[in-house]
Amino acid sequence: MSALTWLALAGAVAVALLVAEEAHRRAAASAAGRRFLRHPTATPGVFILAFFVTLATAAPLLAPYDPAFQIDIVHLQNHAPSAQNILGTDVYSRDVWSRLVYGARISLGIGTIAMLVAVTAGAGVGAVAGYVRRWVGAVLMRGVDVGLAMPRMFVLLMAVALWEHLPLAVLVLLIGLTGWFATSRLVRAEVLSLREREFVAAARAAGAGPTRVIFRHVLPNAAAPIIVSAALGIGNVMLLEAGLSYLGLGVPSPLPSWGSMIYDGEPFMAGAPWTSLFPGCAIALVVMALNAVGDGLRDALDPRKETA
Amino acid sequence: MTPGARLVQVDGLVKHFPGARALLGLGRARRPVRAVDGVSFAIESGQTLGLVGESGCGKSTVGRSILRLIEPDAGRVTLDGVEVLALGPRELRALRRRMQIVFQDPYGSLNPRMTVYQTLAEPLAIHRLAAGPEVERRVRSLLEEVGLDPAFARAYPHELSGGQRQRVGIARALSVEPQFLVLDEPVSALDVSVQAQVLNLLAELQRKRRLTYLFIAHDLAVVKHIADHVAVMYLGKIVERASAAALYGAPRHPYTTSLLSAVPVPDPTAQRQRIVLQGDVPSPAAPPPGCPFHPRCPHPKKNDRCRTEPPALREVAPGQLAACHFAEEPM
Ligand SMILES: Nc1ncnc2c1ncn2[C@@H]1O[C@H](COP(=O)(O)OP(=O)(O)OP(=O)(O)O)[C@@H](O)[C@H]1O
Ligand code: SF4
Ligand SMILES: [Mg+2]
Repeated sequence: MSALTWLALAGAVAVALLVAEEAHRRAAASAAGRRFLRHPTATPGVFILAFFVTLATAAPLLAPYDPAFQIDIVHLQNHAPSAQNILGTDVYSRDVWSRLVYGARISLGIGTIAMLVAVTAGAGVGAVAGYVRRWVGAVLMRGVDVGLAMPRMFVLLMAVALWEHLPLAVLVLLIGLTGWFATSRLVRAEVLSLREREFVAAARAAGAGPTRVIFRHVLPNAAAPIIVSAALGIGNVMLLEAGLSYLGLGVPSPLPSWGSMIYDGEPFMAGAPWTSLFPGCAIALVVMALNAVGDGLRDALDPRKETA
Repeated sequence: MTPGARLVQVDGLVKHFPGARALLGLGRARRPVRAVDGVSFAIESGQTLGLVGESGCGKSTVGRSILRLIEPDAGRVTLDGVEVLALGPRELRALRRRMQIVFQDPYGSLNPRMTVYQTLAEPLAIHRLAAGPEVERRVRSLLEEVGLDPAFARAYPHELSGGQRQRVGIARALSVEPQFLVLDEPVSALDVSVQAQVLNLLAELQRKRRLTYLFIAHDLAVVKHIADHVAVMYLGKIVERASAAALYGAPRHPYTTSLLSAVPVPDPTAQRQRIVLQGDVPSPAAPPPGCPFHPRCPHPKKNDRCRTEPPALREVAPGQLAACHFAEEPM
C-alpha cells in the first residue's frame, strides 16, 4: 500500500471519529439523546458504521487496486498479509483489502436499498391496515400473516434457481419485498393506538382527509418503530445477502460483496484464512453496530419514556 | 340567523358500540354497549347547553356523533337546518368549518410533532382560508385572542403547560370561525386555579363571537355559570332537561337531585341534605330493566313500577322534562 492509501485510511478513521464525536455531542443535549447514550455500545456502533460508510463512499481513494484486478496470477495466489497487501490476496491474486473496501459499497448498498423498499412497503401497508379498519385492513393483515409464515430464504433460493443470471437489482428488490411483513405489523399496531388519540380526532374535525391524517398526524408519530426496524433491517438484509452469496447464488463474481468474498475464500480456509476471515469480520462488525444503534434508537425514540 | 332560533337540533340519537367477540373472533359476540340510547335536545343560537353525567354515560359519544367523528346508528342532527348525518364527504368537510370541538385532554389533543403554528395553520390550509403572510397574521391574532403570547407559535406542545395547551386547542377550534362548539370537558383535566381562567375565556369568546356551545361536564358545578339550559344524562339517556334556573332551583329527577347535593354550597348555613348515591353505575352493555336508575335511586316512593316500566322523558313543569314516575313529587 502506498503512503497515499495509508493517509486515506487515516482520513477515514478521522472522519468516523468526528462523526461519532459530533453525534455524541448532539445526543447529550437532549433527553432522548441521553437515553441513546445510556447504551454503552451505541457510540462505538456509530463510529463503526461511520467508518464503513466512509470506506464505501471513498472507495477509489482507499483501495490501492481495482477490486477485480489480478495482480500476479502466478506468484501472488493466496498470499498472506504483507506491507504490499495488508489483508493479503485471494486465490485469484486479487487484493483482499481493495475488495473489502469496494465490497462495502455493494454490501451496505444492498442492505440500504432493500431496507428502504421493505420499510416503505411495511409502513404503507401497516398504516393503511391500521387506519382503514374495514375489510381492506383485514385482508392486508391476512396477507401479512401468510408473508410472515413464508420461509424467506427458501423463496429467494427458488427465485434464484428459476431465473438464471438474476440481475442484482431484481435480487435486491426481492429481498426488500420479502422483508416488510414484520415492519407492517409493528406500524399497524402503532397506528391502531394513534388513531384513537384526540389529536387525530381534532384533525378529522378540522376537515383533514385520510391521506392527510395518515401522513401528517399518524406516521410522524409512528416514526420510532419504523426507524428502529430500518436499522435492524439493514443488518438482516446484509446477513441474508451474505448467506445467498456464500451459497454462490447472490452477488455474481467478480463483483466483490462481503458474502461472495467469503464464498471465494472458503475452500482455502485452512491455508489462507485471511481471504474469508476479514470480510466475515466486516459483516459481523457492521451487523453488531447496527443492532447496537438500533437498540439505542429504540430507547431514545420510545414515546413512553418521553418526559413531559 | 335570527337570535333565539334553534341552531343545533338533535333527535333520537342512538349509538351502540358492537361488543367485541371473545377469543380469536370466535364465540358469541358480547352484548353491544348502548352508549347513546335515544337522545334529543336543541340549542338556541348563541346559547349554551350543559350536558352533564357521570363518566361513561355517553356524553362524549353524543358530542362526537353530532360532529360525525363517530357515525351514529340512528337519529337526526341538524345544524342551522342542514341535515348533518345525510351529508356526503365533500359537504361534510365544508360543514366542518361551522362546527368544531375542544377536547378534554390537553396532552392528547395536540399532535406532539407539530408546532403550535403548524397546528393552527392546518385548518386554515384545509379550508383555504388563508395563504402566505396572511396565515402568520391569522395565527398571531388567534393566539392573542385566547390569551397567549404570539411567540408561542414556535413552541411544541411538550413545552407548554396544561392551561396553555388547552388555549391552543381552543384557538385551533376557532381558526375556521365556527358557529357551534362542542366543549368536551374542556376544564376537567386542568388545575383548579386554571379552570376558572379557561372558563372565563370560553364565556368571553362566546360573547364576542356569538358562539353556540354544547358544554359537556361530569358535574353540575362546572356548567352552573355558563349554561342556559342543562341536560342530565344517565346510561345513554337524558333523564332531565330544563333551563338552568329550573334545574338548579327545582330539580325533578332524583338523579339530578343527588348530583346537586354533591355540588358545594357557597352559603354554609343553607340547609341541604347530602345524598350519597349507592353502588356503581351499571354497565351500559346491560342496563337494568325498568327505570335505569332504580338500583341506585334514593327516592322514597320508589316501587315495583320503577323496576319494570321505563319512565318516559315527559314535561313535568313548563319547559322542564324529566324521566321519572314520581317527578311530580320531587324529593
Ligand atoms: N370506540 C368505542 N368502542 C366501544 N365502546 C366505546 C367506544 N367509545 C366509547 N365506548 C363506550 O361507550 C360508553 C360511553 O362512552 P363516552 O366516552 O361517550 O362516555 P363519557 O360520558 O364521555 O365518559 P367520560 O366522562 O369518561 O368521558 C362507555 O361505556 C364507553 O366504554
Ligand atoms: S322512576 Fe323510580 S327509580 Fe326511576 S328515578 Fe323515578 S323514582 Fe327513581
Ligand atoms: Mg367523555
